[in-house]
Amino acid sequence: MNIAVCIKQVPDTETRPKIAENGKEMDKTGVKWIVNPYDEFAIEEGLQLTEKNGGEVTIISLGSKEIEPTIRAALAMGAKKAIRIEGPDNITDPMVTARALAEVLKQGNYDLILFGKQAIDDDMAQVPQMVAELLELPCATVVVKLEITDGKATAEREVEGGKERLSFSLPAVISAQKGLNEPRYRSLKGIMQAKKIPIQVVEANLDQSRIEVLQLKYPPQKQPGKIVGEGADAVPELVRLLHEEAKVI
Amino acid sequence: MANVCVVYEIRDHQIKKVSYEATSAAVNVADQLGGTVSALLIGSGVSDLASEAGKYGASKAYVVDSPDLATYSPDVFARLIASAAREMGATHIFMGATATGKDVMPRVALHLNSALAQDIIALNVQDGNVVYTRPIIAGKLHSDIQLNSEVQLATVRPNVFTATEKPTETEVVTLSLDVPSPRAVVEEVVTEAGGKLDVTEADIIVSGGRGMKGPENWHLIESLAEVLGAATGASRAAVDAGWRPHAEQVGQTGKTVSPSLYIACGISGAIQHLAGMSSSKYIVAINKDPEAPIFKVADYGIVGDVMEVLPRLTEEIKKLKAE
Repeated sequence: MNIAVCIKQVPDTETRPKIAENGKEMDKTGVKWIVNPYDEFAIEEGLQLTEKNGGEVTIISLGSKEIEPTIRAALAMGAKKAIRIEGPDNITDPMVTARALAEVLKQGNYDLILFGKQAIDDDMAQVPQMVAELLELPCATVVVKLEITDGKATAEREVEGGKERLSFSLPAVISAQKGLNEPRYRSLKGIMQAKKIPIQVVEANLDQSRIEVLQLKYPPQKQPGKIVGEGADAVPELVRLLHEEAKVI
Repeated sequence: MANVCVVYEIRDHQIKKVSYEATSAAVNVADQLGGTVSALLIGSGVSDLASEAGKYGASKAYVVDSPDLATYSPDVFARLIASAAREMGATHIFMGATATGKDVMPRVALHLNSALAQDIIALNVQDGNVVYTRPIIAGKLHSDIQLNSEVQLATVRPNVFTATEKPTETEVVTLSLDVPSPRAVVEEVVTEAGGKLDVTEADIIVSGGRGMKGPENWHLIESLAEVLGAATGASRAAVDAGWRPHAEQVGQTGKTVSPSLYIACGISGAIQHLAGMSSSKYIVAINKDPEAPIFKVADYGIVGDVMEVLPRLTEEIKKLKAE
Protein backbone atom coordinates (compact mmCIF):
# COMPACT_ATOMS: atom_id res chain seq x y z
CA MET A 1 0.00 0.00 0.00
CA ASN A 2 1.20 3.45 -0.86
CA ILE A 3 0.35 5.59 2.16
CA ALA A 4 0.83 9.31 2.80
CA VAL A 5 0.70 10.75 6.30
CA CYS A 6 0.42 14.54 6.49
CA ILE A 7 1.86 16.01 9.67
CA LYS A 8 2.22 19.37 11.34
CA GLN A 9 4.79 20.80 13.73
CA VAL A 10 3.08 22.23 16.80
CA PRO A 11 4.06 23.53 20.24
CA ASP A 12 4.47 20.94 23.00
CA THR A 13 1.34 20.43 25.14
CA GLU A 14 3.16 21.75 28.24
CA THR A 15 3.51 25.15 26.57
CA ARG A 16 1.97 28.11 28.36
CA PRO A 17 1.55 30.32 25.30
CA LYS A 18 2.42 34.00 25.39
CA ILE A 19 1.10 36.50 22.88
CA ALA A 20 3.83 38.01 20.67
CA GLU A 21 4.37 41.76 20.51
CA ASN A 22 2.32 42.17 17.37
CA GLY A 23 -0.66 40.77 19.24
CA LYS A 24 -1.53 38.38 16.45
CA GLU A 25 0.73 35.38 16.94
CA MET A 26 2.07 33.18 19.68
CA ASP A 27 5.53 34.13 20.94
CA LYS A 28 7.87 31.36 19.81
CA THR A 29 10.64 32.06 22.31
CA GLY A 30 11.61 28.93 24.19
CA VAL A 31 8.82 26.85 22.67
CA LYS A 32 9.51 23.15 22.30
CA TRP A 33 8.22 21.76 18.99
CA ILE A 34 6.71 18.32 18.50
CA VAL A 35 4.86 16.23 15.94
CA ASN A 36 1.16 17.05 16.39
CA PRO A 37 -0.01 14.36 18.86
CA TYR A 38 -2.97 13.31 16.72
CA ASP A 39 -0.65 12.85 13.72
CA GLU A 40 1.20 10.13 15.67
CA PHE A 41 -1.92 7.96 15.51
CA ALA A 42 -1.98 8.56 11.75
CA ILE A 43 1.71 7.61 11.37
CA GLU A 44 1.24 4.48 13.50
CA GLU A 45 -1.78 3.41 11.43
CA GLY A 46 0.18 3.87 8.21
CA LEU A 47 3.08 1.83 9.57
CA GLN A 48 0.82 -0.99 10.79
CA LEU A 49 -0.92 -1.15 7.42
CA THR A 50 2.31 -1.30 5.44
CA GLU A 51 3.74 -3.87 7.83
CA LYS A 52 0.67 -6.00 7.16
CA ASN A 53 0.19 -5.34 3.44
CA GLY A 54 3.57 -4.24 2.15
CA GLY A 55 4.27 -0.80 0.74
CA GLU A 56 5.59 2.35 2.32
CA VAL A 57 4.66 5.41 4.32
CA THR A 58 5.59 8.89 3.11
CA ILE A 59 5.55 11.76 5.62
CA ILE A 60 4.42 15.04 4.10
CA SER A 61 4.47 18.45 5.75
CA LEU A 62 4.19 22.07 4.70
CA GLY A 63 6.62 24.56 6.20
CA SER A 64 10.08 26.09 6.27
CA LYS A 65 13.38 24.33 6.96
CA GLU A 66 12.54 24.87 10.66
CA ILE A 67 10.11 21.95 10.56
CA GLU A 68 12.69 19.40 9.41
CA PRO A 69 13.55 18.16 12.93
CA THR A 70 9.86 17.38 13.38
CA ILE A 71 9.73 15.56 10.04
CA ARG A 72 12.74 13.53 11.25
CA ALA A 73 10.88 12.74 14.48
CA ALA A 74 8.04 11.35 12.36
CA LEU A 75 10.47 9.37 10.19
CA ALA A 76 12.04 7.95 13.34
CA MET A 77 8.85 5.96 13.96
CA GLY A 78 9.64 3.94 10.85
CA ALA A 79 8.45 5.85 7.79
CA LYS A 80 10.83 5.62 4.86
CA LYS A 81 10.15 8.76 2.81
CA ALA A 82 9.49 12.40 3.44
CA ILE A 83 8.41 15.42 1.45
CA ARG A 84 8.57 18.99 2.71
CA ILE A 85 6.48 21.50 0.81
CA GLU A 86 8.30 24.83 1.01
CA GLY A 87 6.19 27.46 2.70
CA PRO A 88 5.73 29.68 5.75
CA ASP A 89 5.19 28.23 9.22
CA ASN A 90 2.32 30.45 10.24
CA ILE A 91 -0.46 29.80 7.74
CA THR A 92 -3.77 30.78 9.33
CA ASP A 93 -6.03 29.55 6.52
CA PRO A 94 -6.55 25.75 6.30
CA MET A 95 -7.62 26.05 2.67
CA VAL A 96 -4.18 27.36 1.70
CA THR A 97 -2.58 24.31 3.32
CA ALA A 98 -5.18 21.94 1.85
CA ARG A 99 -4.73 23.18 -1.71
CA ALA A 100 -0.94 22.91 -1.49
CA LEU A 101 -1.11 19.42 0.02
CA ALA A 102 -3.63 18.26 -2.58
CA GLU A 103 -1.39 19.47 -5.38
CA VAL A 104 1.48 17.33 -4.07
CA LEU A 105 -0.67 14.36 -3.03
CA LYS A 106 -2.21 14.13 -6.51
CA GLN A 107 1.19 13.25 -7.91
CA GLY A 108 1.77 10.41 -5.46
CA ASN A 109 -0.95 7.92 -6.36
CA TYR A 110 -1.65 7.10 -2.71
CA ASP A 111 -4.09 4.40 -1.59
CA LEU A 112 -4.61 6.09 1.72
CA ILE A 113 -3.97 9.59 2.99
CA LEU A 114 -3.86 9.92 6.77
CA PHE A 115 -4.02 12.98 9.03
CA GLY A 116 -4.47 13.65 12.71
CA LYS A 117 -8.00 14.93 13.38
CA GLN A 118 -6.79 18.45 14.20
CA ALA A 119 -3.61 20.36 14.93
CA ILE A 120 -3.38 21.27 18.60
CA ASP A 121 -2.21 24.79 17.81
CA ASP A 122 -5.07 26.16 15.70
CA ASP A 123 -7.57 23.35 16.39
CA MET A 124 -9.15 24.05 12.98
CA ALA A 125 -9.92 20.41 12.04
CA GLN A 126 -10.47 21.34 8.37
CA VAL A 127 -7.52 20.28 6.21
CA PRO A 128 -8.29 16.54 5.92
CA GLN A 129 -11.84 17.13 4.72
CA MET A 130 -10.77 19.88 2.31
CA VAL A 131 -8.03 17.69 0.81
CA ALA A 132 -10.61 14.91 0.35
CA GLU A 133 -13.02 17.21 -1.47
CA LEU A 134 -10.21 18.57 -3.68
CA LEU A 135 -9.16 15.04 -4.62
CA GLU A 136 -12.81 13.89 -4.77
CA LEU A 137 -12.07 11.07 -2.34
CA PRO A 138 -14.19 9.56 0.43
CA CYS A 139 -13.25 10.86 3.86
CA ALA A 140 -13.88 9.75 7.41
CA THR A 141 -12.80 12.01 10.28
CA VAL A 142 -12.15 11.43 14.01
CA VAL A 143 -11.61 7.74 13.28
CA VAL A 144 -11.06 5.34 16.19
CA LYS A 145 -11.11 2.11 14.20
CA LEU A 146 -10.13 1.34 10.63
CA GLU A 147 -10.43 -1.94 8.73
CA ILE A 148 -9.29 -2.40 5.16
CA THR A 149 -9.82 -5.49 3.00
CA ASP A 150 -9.24 -5.66 -0.76
CA GLY A 151 -9.53 -1.94 -1.36
CA LYS A 152 -12.70 -1.61 0.74
CA ALA A 153 -12.70 0.11 4.10
CA THR A 154 -14.83 0.45 7.21
CA ALA A 155 -14.16 3.22 9.69
CA GLU A 156 -15.68 3.93 13.07
CA ARG A 157 -15.81 7.53 14.15
CA GLU A 158 -16.79 9.19 17.40
CA VAL A 159 -20.04 11.11 17.51
CA GLU A 160 -21.97 12.40 20.52
CA GLY A 161 -23.20 9.46 22.57
CA GLY A 162 -21.76 6.76 20.34
CA LYS A 163 -20.02 5.85 17.12
CA GLU A 164 -20.81 6.00 13.42
CA ARG A 165 -19.63 3.22 11.18
CA LEU A 166 -18.84 4.32 7.62
CA SER A 167 -17.99 2.26 4.58
CA PHE A 168 -16.15 3.41 1.46
CA SER A 169 -13.58 2.33 -1.12
CA LEU A 170 -9.93 3.26 -1.41
CA PRO A 171 -8.29 5.57 -2.18
CA ALA A 172 -9.55 7.57 0.78
CA VAL A 173 -8.67 10.23 3.34
CA ILE A 174 -8.80 9.51 7.08
CA SER A 175 -8.26 11.77 10.08
CA ALA A 176 -7.15 9.88 13.18
CA GLN A 177 -8.53 10.21 16.70
CA LYS A 178 -6.85 9.05 19.90
CA GLY A 179 -7.70 5.40 20.42
CA LEU A 180 -7.17 4.37 16.80
CA ASN A 181 -3.99 2.59 17.90
CA GLU A 182 -1.06 2.90 20.32
CA PRO A 183 1.76 4.87 18.66
CA ARG A 184 5.08 3.10 19.00
CA TYR A 185 8.05 4.62 20.81
CA ARG A 186 10.93 5.77 18.66
CA SER A 187 13.82 3.35 18.89
CA LEU A 188 17.42 4.55 18.82
CA LYS A 189 17.75 2.60 15.56
CA GLY A 190 14.76 4.47 14.14
CA ILE A 191 16.17 7.83 15.17
CA MET A 192 19.57 7.03 13.62
CA GLN A 193 18.00 5.75 10.39
CA ALA A 194 15.77 8.82 10.15
CA LYS A 195 18.85 11.05 10.07
CA LYS A 196 19.92 9.43 6.79
CA ILE A 197 16.60 9.71 4.97
CA PRO A 198 16.65 12.59 2.47
CA ILE A 199 13.74 14.99 2.83
CA GLN A 200 12.52 15.85 -0.65
CA VAL A 201 11.72 19.56 -0.88
CA VAL A 202 9.02 20.57 -3.37
CA GLU A 203 7.17 23.72 -4.31
CA ALA A 204 3.43 24.14 -4.45
CA ASN A 205 1.16 27.03 -5.20
CA LEU A 206 0.29 28.96 -2.05
CA ASP A 207 -2.84 31.06 -2.21
CA GLN A 208 -3.58 34.21 -0.33
CA SER A 209 -4.91 33.54 3.17
CA ARG A 210 -8.48 34.69 3.70
CA ILE A 211 -8.52 34.20 7.44
CA GLU A 212 -7.15 37.30 9.10
CA VAL A 213 -6.18 37.21 12.76
CA LEU A 214 -7.18 40.55 14.23
CA GLN A 215 -5.86 39.82 17.68
CA LEU A 216 -5.08 37.10 20.17
CA LYS A 217 -6.34 37.41 23.72
CA TYR A 218 -5.81 35.56 26.96
CA PRO A 219 -9.00 33.83 28.09
CA PRO A 220 -10.72 35.40 31.12
CA GLN A 221 -8.66 34.24 34.09
CA LYS A 222 -10.45 31.99 36.47
CA GLN A 223 -9.95 33.38 39.95
CA PRO A 224 -9.34 30.89 42.75
CA GLY A 225 -12.52 30.44 44.73
CA LYS A 226 -12.95 29.21 48.25
CA ILE A 227 -12.07 26.02 50.03
CA VAL A 228 -15.39 25.21 51.61
CA GLY A 229 -13.98 22.81 54.15
CA GLU A 230 -12.47 19.42 54.77
CA GLY A 231 -13.91 15.98 54.16
CA ALA A 232 -17.51 14.85 53.99
CA ASP A 233 -18.52 17.38 56.68
CA ALA A 234 -18.00 20.19 54.20
CA VAL A 235 -20.55 18.74 51.82
CA PRO A 236 -23.76 20.32 53.16
CA GLU A 237 -22.21 23.78 52.90
CA LEU A 238 -20.99 23.02 49.37
CA VAL A 239 -24.47 21.97 48.34
CA ARG A 240 -25.93 25.10 49.90
CA LEU A 241 -23.47 27.28 47.97
CA LEU A 242 -24.13 25.50 44.70
CA HIS A 243 -27.85 25.88 45.21
CA GLU A 244 -28.09 29.40 46.65
CA GLU A 245 -24.98 31.20 45.44
CA ALA A 246 -24.05 29.59 42.13
CA LYS A 247 -27.60 28.46 41.48
CA VAL A 248 -26.44 25.55 39.35
CA ILE A 249 -28.34 22.83 41.17
CA MET B 1 -27.81 42.62 3.19
CA ALA B 2 -26.94 39.56 5.20
CA ASN B 3 -28.63 36.28 4.37
CA VAL B 4 -27.58 33.97 7.18
CA CYS B 5 -28.23 30.29 6.62
CA VAL B 6 -28.29 27.96 9.62
CA VAL B 7 -27.80 24.29 8.83
CA TYR B 8 -30.01 22.28 11.16
CA GLU B 9 -28.66 19.02 12.51
CA ILE B 10 -31.35 16.39 12.84
CA ARG B 11 -30.81 13.14 14.79
CA ASP B 12 -33.59 10.59 15.26
CA HIS B 13 -36.07 13.04 13.77
CA GLN B 14 -35.22 15.67 16.37
CA ILE B 15 -33.53 18.99 15.84
CA LYS B 16 -30.38 19.20 17.99
CA LYS B 17 -30.45 22.05 20.51
CA VAL B 18 -27.21 23.54 19.16
CA SER B 19 -29.08 24.33 15.91
CA TYR B 20 -31.26 26.74 17.89
CA GLU B 21 -28.19 28.23 19.58
CA ALA B 22 -26.72 28.78 16.10
CA THR B 23 -30.01 30.34 14.99
CA SER B 24 -29.89 32.89 17.80
CA ALA B 25 -26.29 33.73 16.86
CA ALA B 26 -27.49 34.16 13.27
CA VAL B 27 -30.33 36.42 14.36
CA ASN B 28 -27.80 38.59 16.19
CA VAL B 29 -25.72 38.96 13.00
CA ALA B 30 -28.73 39.56 10.75
CA ASP B 31 -30.15 42.19 13.11
CA GLN B 32 -26.87 44.10 13.23
CA LEU B 33 -25.96 43.87 9.55
CA GLY B 34 -29.53 44.09 8.34
CA GLY B 35 -30.84 40.92 6.76
CA THR B 36 -32.60 37.62 7.28
CA VAL B 37 -32.05 34.22 8.84
CA SER B 38 -32.96 31.01 7.03
CA ALA B 39 -32.89 27.47 8.33
CA LEU B 40 -31.72 24.61 6.10
CA LEU B 41 -33.04 21.13 6.75
CA ILE B 42 -31.66 18.22 4.73
CA GLY B 43 -32.66 14.59 5.04
CA SER B 44 -35.42 12.10 4.47
CA GLY B 45 -38.82 12.89 5.95
CA VAL B 46 -37.67 16.15 7.55
CA SER B 47 -40.22 18.52 6.03
CA ASP B 48 -42.50 18.43 9.05
CA LEU B 49 -39.68 19.85 11.20
CA ALA B 50 -39.30 22.97 9.05
CA SER B 51 -41.77 25.06 11.03
CA GLU B 52 -39.73 24.49 14.23
CA ALA B 53 -37.15 26.90 12.87
CA GLY B 54 -39.59 29.76 13.32
CA LYS B 55 -39.47 29.40 17.11
CA TYR B 56 -35.97 30.88 17.21
CA GLY B 57 -36.23 33.54 14.54
CA ALA B 58 -35.75 31.98 11.11
CA SER B 59 -38.06 33.66 8.61
CA LYS B 60 -37.41 31.02 5.95
CA ALA B 61 -36.87 27.29 6.16
CA TYR B 62 -35.33 25.64 3.12
CA VAL B 63 -35.95 21.93 2.89
CA VAL B 64 -34.16 19.28 0.87
CA ASP B 65 -36.17 16.14 1.49
CA SER B 66 -35.50 12.92 -0.38
CA PRO B 67 -35.65 9.19 0.36
CA ASP B 68 -32.13 9.05 -1.18
CA LEU B 69 -31.02 10.88 1.96
CA ALA B 70 -32.28 8.23 4.38
CA THR B 71 -28.69 6.99 4.63
CA TYR B 72 -26.29 9.68 5.75
CA SER B 73 -23.21 10.50 3.70
CA PRO B 74 -20.99 13.41 4.77
CA ASP B 75 -19.80 14.21 1.26
CA VAL B 76 -23.37 14.19 -0.12
CA PHE B 77 -24.59 16.34 2.76
CA ALA B 78 -21.77 18.83 2.16
CA ARG B 79 -22.43 19.18 -1.55
CA LEU B 80 -26.14 19.69 -0.93
CA ILE B 81 -25.48 22.37 1.70
CA ALA B 82 -23.22 24.16 -0.79
CA SER B 83 -25.82 23.93 -3.57
CA ALA B 84 -28.63 25.09 -1.31
CA ALA B 85 -26.52 27.97 0.00
CA ARG B 86 -25.83 29.08 -3.56
CA GLU B 87 -29.50 28.87 -4.47
CA MET B 88 -30.62 30.98 -1.54
CA GLY B 89 -27.74 33.43 -1.93
CA ALA B 90 -26.42 32.85 1.58
CA THR B 91 -23.81 35.34 2.79
CA HIS B 92 -23.11 33.44 6.01
CA ILE B 93 -23.59 29.78 6.92
CA PHE B 94 -23.64 28.63 10.55
CA MET B 95 -23.91 25.12 11.97
CA GLY B 96 -23.40 23.57 15.40
CA ALA B 97 -19.78 22.48 16.06
CA THR B 98 -20.81 18.91 16.74
CA ALA B 99 -18.99 15.86 15.37
CA THR B 100 -21.16 16.14 12.25
CA GLY B 101 -20.90 19.92 11.94
CA LYS B 102 -17.12 19.99 12.27
CA ASP B 103 -16.82 17.16 9.76
CA VAL B 104 -19.16 18.60 7.13
CA MET B 105 -18.57 22.36 7.15
CA PRO B 106 -14.93 22.30 5.94
CA ARG B 107 -16.19 20.36 2.94
CA VAL B 108 -18.86 23.00 2.31
CA ALA B 109 -16.21 25.71 2.65
CA LEU B 110 -14.11 24.02 -0.01
CA HIS B 111 -17.05 23.74 -2.41
CA LEU B 112 -17.90 27.41 -1.92
CA ASN B 113 -14.21 28.42 -1.98
CA SER B 114 -14.90 30.30 1.24
CA ALA B 115 -13.39 30.51 4.71
CA LEU B 116 -14.64 28.72 7.83
CA ALA B 117 -14.28 29.74 11.47
CA GLN B 118 -14.43 26.40 13.27
CA ASP B 119 -15.79 26.05 16.83
CA ILE B 120 -16.52 29.69 17.64
CA ILE B 121 -17.32 30.78 21.18
CA ALA B 122 -18.34 34.36 20.44
CA LEU B 123 -19.08 36.68 17.57
CA ASN B 124 -19.29 40.43 17.31
CA VAL B 125 -20.25 42.78 14.55
CA GLN B 126 -17.70 45.61 14.24
CA ASP B 127 -17.83 48.22 11.46
CA GLY B 128 -20.07 46.09 9.32
CA ASN B 129 -17.80 43.07 9.72
CA VAL B 130 -18.35 39.91 11.68
CA VAL B 131 -15.47 39.13 14.04
CA TYR B 132 -15.39 35.51 15.15
CA THR B 133 -13.73 34.45 18.40
CA ARG B 134 -12.40 30.95 18.63
CA PRO B 135 -10.27 29.09 21.15
CA ILE B 136 -6.81 27.98 19.99
CA ILE B 137 -4.09 25.89 21.61
CA ALA B 138 -6.81 23.97 23.42
CA GLY B 139 -8.33 27.20 24.70
CA LYS B 140 -5.14 28.54 26.23
CA LEU B 141 -5.59 31.56 23.95
CA HIS B 142 -8.56 33.11 22.16
CA SER B 143 -8.27 34.27 18.57
CA ASP B 144 -10.39 37.01 16.99
CA ILE B 145 -10.57 36.48 13.25
CA GLN B 146 -12.15 38.00 10.20
CA LEU B 147 -13.11 35.97 7.12
CA ASN B 148 -12.31 37.70 3.85
CA SER B 149 -14.25 35.43 1.53
CA GLU B 150 -17.43 35.64 -0.51
CA VAL B 151 -19.35 33.54 1.99
CA GLN B 152 -18.45 33.28 5.67
CA LEU B 153 -18.89 29.94 7.40
CA ALA B 154 -18.81 29.19 11.10
CA THR B 155 -19.44 26.26 13.40
CA VAL B 156 -20.79 27.25 16.77
CA ARG B 157 -19.60 25.46 19.93
CA PRO B 158 -22.55 23.79 21.71
CA ASN B 159 -23.61 25.13 25.12
CA VAL B 160 -22.01 28.52 24.67
CA PHE B 161 -24.52 30.64 22.80
CA THR B 162 -27.99 31.00 24.25
CA ALA B 163 -30.96 29.78 22.24
CA THR B 164 -33.40 32.69 22.58
CA GLU B 165 -36.97 32.13 21.52
CA LYS B 166 -38.15 34.59 18.87
CA PRO B 167 -41.41 33.30 17.42
CA THR B 168 -41.38 34.13 13.73
CA GLU B 169 -43.57 33.25 10.79
CA THR B 170 -41.50 30.91 8.66
CA GLU B 171 -41.90 30.51 4.93
CA VAL B 172 -41.08 26.92 3.98
CA VAL B 173 -39.28 26.60 0.65
CA THR B 174 -38.72 23.16 -0.87
CA LEU B 175 -35.55 22.84 -2.90
CA SER B 176 -35.29 20.11 -5.52
CA LEU B 177 -31.62 19.38 -5.74
CA ASP B 178 -30.00 16.41 -7.42
CA VAL B 179 -28.61 14.08 -4.79
CA PRO B 180 -25.05 13.19 -5.84
CA SER B 181 -23.61 9.68 -5.49
CA PRO B 182 -22.06 9.12 -2.09
CA ARG B 183 -18.36 8.42 -1.66
CA ALA B 184 -18.72 7.30 1.96
CA VAL B 185 -21.91 6.17 3.68
CA VAL B 186 -22.84 5.69 7.32
CA GLU B 187 -23.92 2.08 7.69
CA GLU B 188 -24.78 2.21 11.33
CA VAL B 189 -24.82 4.45 14.36
CA VAL B 190 -23.98 2.59 17.55
CA THR B 191 -25.12 4.35 20.69
CA GLU B 192 -23.08 3.88 23.83
CA ALA B 193 -24.62 1.74 26.55
CA GLY B 194 -27.81 3.49 27.62
CA GLY B 195 -27.23 6.31 25.14
CA LYS B 196 -24.99 8.15 27.57
CA LEU B 197 -25.02 11.92 27.64
CA ASP B 198 -21.93 13.22 25.89
CA VAL B 199 -19.65 15.54 27.86
CA THR B 200 -19.74 18.15 25.11
CA GLU B 201 -23.53 18.37 25.35
CA ALA B 202 -23.95 18.18 29.12
CA ASP B 203 -24.87 21.03 31.41
CA ILE B 204 -23.24 19.30 34.40
CA ILE B 205 -20.22 16.99 34.33
CA VAL B 206 -18.86 14.79 37.11
CA SER B 207 -15.29 13.92 36.23
CA GLY B 208 -12.75 11.57 37.81
CA GLY B 209 -8.99 11.31 37.78
CA ARG B 210 -6.16 9.29 39.22
CA GLY B 211 -7.38 10.08 42.72
CA MET B 212 -10.30 7.73 42.16
CA LYS B 213 -7.72 4.93 42.51
CA GLY B 214 -9.36 2.54 40.05
CA PRO B 215 -12.30 1.73 37.78
CA GLU B 216 -13.99 -0.18 40.56
CA ASN B 217 -14.67 3.14 42.31
CA TRP B 218 -16.36 4.81 39.39
CA HIS B 219 -19.78 3.90 40.70
CA LEU B 220 -19.27 6.85 43.08
CA ILE B 221 -18.94 9.17 40.10
CA GLU B 222 -21.82 7.53 38.27
CA SER B 223 -24.21 7.75 41.24
CA LEU B 224 -23.51 11.45 41.64
CA ALA B 225 -23.90 11.99 37.91
CA GLU B 226 -27.23 10.18 37.98
CA VAL B 227 -28.78 12.37 40.67
CA LEU B 228 -27.56 15.46 38.87
CA GLY B 229 -28.56 14.30 35.37
CA ALA B 230 -24.93 14.83 34.49
CA ALA B 231 -22.47 13.34 32.05
CA THR B 232 -19.40 11.50 33.34
CA GLY B 233 -15.93 12.64 32.34
CA ALA B 234 -12.38 11.53 33.00
CA SER B 235 -8.84 12.86 33.05
CA ARG B 236 -6.18 11.58 30.68
CA ALA B 237 -4.61 9.57 33.51
CA ALA B 238 -7.84 7.63 34.03
CA VAL B 239 -8.27 7.00 30.30
CA ASP B 240 -4.67 6.00 29.68
CA ALA B 241 -4.90 3.59 32.62
CA GLY B 242 -7.77 1.93 30.80
CA TRP B 243 -10.29 2.82 33.52
CA ARG B 244 -12.60 4.87 31.27
CA PRO B 245 -13.31 5.15 27.53
CA HIS B 246 -11.56 7.84 25.54
CA ALA B 247 -14.89 9.44 24.65
CA GLU B 248 -15.04 10.65 28.28
CA GLN B 249 -11.59 12.27 28.29
CA VAL B 250 -11.63 15.98 29.01
CA GLY B 251 -8.50 17.96 28.23
CA GLN B 252 -6.07 19.09 25.58
CA THR B 253 -5.99 15.72 23.82
CA GLY B 254 -9.57 14.94 24.80
CA LYS B 255 -12.70 17.02 24.65
CA THR B 256 -13.14 20.66 25.49
CA VAL B 257 -16.26 21.27 27.54
CA SER B 258 -18.12 24.31 28.84
CA PRO B 259 -20.83 23.10 31.22
CA SER B 260 -22.54 25.18 33.88
CA LEU B 261 -20.94 22.95 36.52
CA TYR B 262 -17.81 20.79 36.40
CA ILE B 263 -17.08 18.61 39.43
CA ALA B 264 -13.46 17.40 39.37
CA CYS B 265 -12.94 14.37 41.63
CA GLY B 266 -9.40 13.21 42.37
CA ILE B 267 -8.07 15.30 39.50
CA SER B 268 -4.88 17.23 40.19
CA GLY B 269 -5.43 19.88 37.52
CA ALA B 270 -2.55 19.54 35.07
CA ILE B 271 -2.44 22.33 32.51
CA GLN B 272 -3.57 19.94 29.79
CA HIS B 273 -6.70 19.05 31.76
CA LEU B 274 -7.47 22.67 32.57
CA ALA B 275 -7.28 23.44 28.86
CA GLY B 276 -10.32 21.23 28.40
CA MET B 277 -12.57 22.49 31.20
CA SER B 278 -11.48 25.91 32.46
CA SER B 279 -14.30 27.66 30.59
CA SER B 280 -16.87 25.86 32.74
CA LYS B 281 -19.15 28.34 34.46
CA TYR B 282 -18.57 26.83 37.92
CA ILE B 283 -15.87 24.39 38.95
CA VAL B 284 -15.92 22.24 42.08
CA ALA B 285 -12.78 20.37 43.08
CA ILE B 286 -12.51 17.47 45.51
CA ASN B 287 -8.95 16.40 46.21
CA LYS B 288 -6.89 15.07 49.10
CA ASP B 289 -4.02 17.39 48.28
CA PRO B 290 -4.59 21.02 49.30
CA GLU B 291 -1.75 22.07 46.96
CA ALA B 292 -3.34 20.50 43.89
CA PRO B 293 -3.36 23.02 41.02
CA ILE B 294 -7.07 22.37 40.44
CA PHE B 295 -7.87 24.45 43.53
CA LYS B 296 -6.44 27.49 41.75
CA VAL B 297 -9.29 27.42 39.25
CA ALA B 298 -12.07 25.90 41.34
CA ASP B 299 -14.87 28.16 42.54
CA TYR B 300 -15.51 25.79 45.42
CA GLY B 301 -13.19 23.14 46.80
CA ILE B 302 -13.26 20.42 49.37
CA VAL B 303 -9.97 19.04 50.62
CA GLY B 304 -10.76 15.44 51.35
CA ASP B 305 -10.97 11.84 50.25
CA VAL B 306 -13.25 11.37 47.27
CA MET B 307 -14.29 7.97 48.67
CA GLU B 308 -15.90 9.78 51.61
CA VAL B 309 -16.95 13.04 50.01
CA LEU B 310 -18.70 11.67 46.92
CA PRO B 311 -21.25 9.43 48.65
CA ARG B 312 -22.11 12.30 51.02
CA LEU B 313 -22.44 14.71 48.12
CA THR B 314 -24.79 12.31 46.32
CA GLU B 315 -26.83 11.95 49.48
CA GLU B 316 -27.09 15.69 50.14
CA ILE B 317 -28.12 16.43 46.57
CA LYS B 318 -30.77 13.71 46.71
CA LYS B 319 -32.10 15.45 49.81
CA LEU B 320 -32.09 18.82 48.10
CA LYS B 321 -33.95 17.48 45.10
CA ALA B 322 -36.52 15.84 47.33
CA GLU B 323 -37.45 19.20 48.86
